[in-house]
Amino acid sequence: MKRILLSLVVMASLLATLACERRGGVTGDSNTGVIRVGYYGDLSGRTSNFGVSTKNGVMMAADEINKAGGINGRQIEILSEDDEGRPEKAATVVTKLIDQDKVIALVGEVASGNSLAAAPKAQSSRVPMISPSSTNPAVTQVGDYIFRVCFIDPFQGEVMAKFAANTLKAKKAAIMQDFNAPYSRGLTEFFEASFVKLGGQVVTKQSYTQGDPDFKAQLTSIRSLNPDVIYVPGYYGEVGVIAKQAKQLGITQPLLGGDGWDAPQLWELGGDALNGAYISNHYSVEDPSPAIQKFVSDFKGRYKIVPDALAALGYDAMRVLADAIKRGGTTDGPKLRDAIAGTKDFAGVTGVISINGERNAVKSAVVLKLQDGKYIYQETIKP
Amino acid sequence: MDTFVQQIINGLTVGAIYALIALGYTMVYGILRLINFAHGDVYMVGAFIGYFLAFELGFAAGPSLVGLGIVLIGSMIASALVGMAIERFAYRPLRKYARMTTLITAIGVSLLIENLFVAKLGAAPRAFPQLLREQSYTLFGNAAISKSQILIFGVSVALMLLLQWIIFKTKVGTAMRAVSFNLNSAKLMGINTDMIISFTFALGSALAAAGGVLTAQYNPQIDPLMGIITGLKAFVAAVLGGIGNVPGAVLGGLLIGIAETFVVGYGQNVGIPTTYRDAVAFAILILVLLFRPTGLLGSTVQEKV
Repeated sequence: MKRILLSLVVMASLLATLACERRGGVTGDSNTGVIRVGYYGDLSGRTSNFGVSTKNGVMMAADEINKAGGINGRQIEILSEDDEGRPEKAATVVTKLIDQDKVIALVGEVASGNSLAAAPKAQSSRVPMISPSSTNPAVTQVGDYIFRVCFIDPFQGEVMAKFAANTLKAKKAAIMQDFNAPYSRGLTEFFEASFVKLGGQVVTKQSYTQGDPDFKAQLTSIRSLNPDVIYVPGYYGEVGVIAKQAKQLGITQPLLGGDGWDAPQLWELGGDALNGAYISNHYSVEDPSPAIQKFVSDFKGRYKIVPDALAALGYDAMRVLADAIKRGGTTDGPKLRDAIAGTKDFAGVTGVISINGERNAVKSAVVLKLQDGKYIYQETIKP
Repeated sequence: MDTFVQQIINGLTVGAIYALIALGYTMVYGILRLINFAHGDVYMVGAFIGYFLAFELGFAAGPSLVGLGIVLIGSMIASALVGMAIERFAYRPLRKYARMTTLITAIGVSLLIENLFVAKLGAAPRAFPQLLREQSYTLFGNAAISKSQILIFGVSVALMLLLQWIIFKTKVGTAMRAVSFNLNSAKLMGINTDMIISFTFALGSALAAAGGVLTAQYNPQIDPLMGIITGLKAFVAAVLGGIGNVPGAVLGGLLIGIAETFVVGYGQNVGIPTTYRDAVAFAILILVLLFRPTGLLGSTVQEKV
């Protein structure tokens, strides 16, 4: 009996300390001390070019802010987690960042599918999340704590449809979509809607999935219909191979794509088969504006590579967050949320960022032409 | 018409790769009655060995046929050693136990190889250097065949003929057939069965590695998990042709390749989405197991009483 009593006492005291610790974490002062920001992205999976590039941008922004004295005298600490590009892992690491590491805000993810998996946790824990580059509309519809600093797919799809119909004078388009990626399916839907509205016709919609051994079967079907342009709103890994195999089949029509193409590895896979393709993107490194050129040269000095759009968006996402913390003067969830929602005319590298009622950034997009490893600026399309 | 011919060419290209891998499944099954689930990963290992060889030997800089030949043969030899090592250390110690034990070990070996590669190299796909100066030749109309497709056909056919010669015309081939007929009797006849089994694994692994390097010329994306689906489909191909039957594996591979290409190419016309590409192989597996468990070319084996 004594023993049971003793063990009960021990257990009760253990529980009490645990409970105290818990409470200590939650009620920690939100106006002083280091600001812990969580970053999650694909650092080792199939789309790790995306995650690493975005992280580079986030880290550079955080270091610049810290060097300049931090936010209201507080330093930023970035806690980074690898989700391997898998939605279920994204949900797990975000839970860890919020519950264990007590981050006050999240930056991530790139792929819409992963952002969608992680967003409900951020929403229910009232931790604001800023996605740098998830363009699928559903991401910010998860709840009022989810934001993004990029444009959304209805606009991106419309940009390419406008470019195809107005600039390239295309009448017939074929689409080849990555069936398992919400990003790709979203773009397909919105491109088709806009292109049809502009008087064009979508002659076929073909699908593939990541890891398919071969894309020639779809491309052969597309070739037999002789479209004017082929829209391939996928991710760089498959797109590079698709371009290569399209060329082998003698397809000479321009391929069109979106920001998912933008990664150095695209060129390793596709090589000169990519020449003559067009993509919509968030910004152009060729843009002569001093802010962009300063960012590009700083980034090059730090990482020895040219920043792609994802790096620029990561950089902007971190700076929008820092700006909101500064304006709101607190890292308390609901107040920080309001501050982010109030972002207006923030001068980012990827354009002037204003957060609208749906928590999306309203921005223009650029169309770039691919040529010998370079992205040549074509035109800017405003919302 | 040219679209149809084109789809046949596309299907045969994919099918030739499945056939090369299916041969390894079928040979090992023929001899040990073991489904070597790690075989798909040997295909992946072969592609990666080729990848590193190309960079180490300096062939990655530009296309060269000599480089391709050396990379191909080097990868086949190295992967043969990998296959022998898997057999020696994972399967041989368990051979005296129930067959199920080895089967589960095979799944374990497969997971081990995959995760080892993910841990060491990351899961991001890498771009295999292009060792072939790509060019397409028009057959008629729009139907075109690319150099990499010709390479895949040529090398696969050559390797399959070589395999047929080894099995039927050489002493070691005769021994292989004896072991597959009855392992214990073969042992009694003075055949070094361990050596023959080892040789079979080497042969199968070399063919899978060739498949890996050839695929990488056609679709340069390689990653540590590329062997899973491809390996499973090659396994289905082996079952379709009649597992244990060498010509059957080739036939099965080509049929699966054509079937999935047709699903993608023509499925939409009859209401089958193109994403059923992977499903079709497994649907075929189920149908074969239901209606002709011995496969197309397999013969019924009488259970000994």
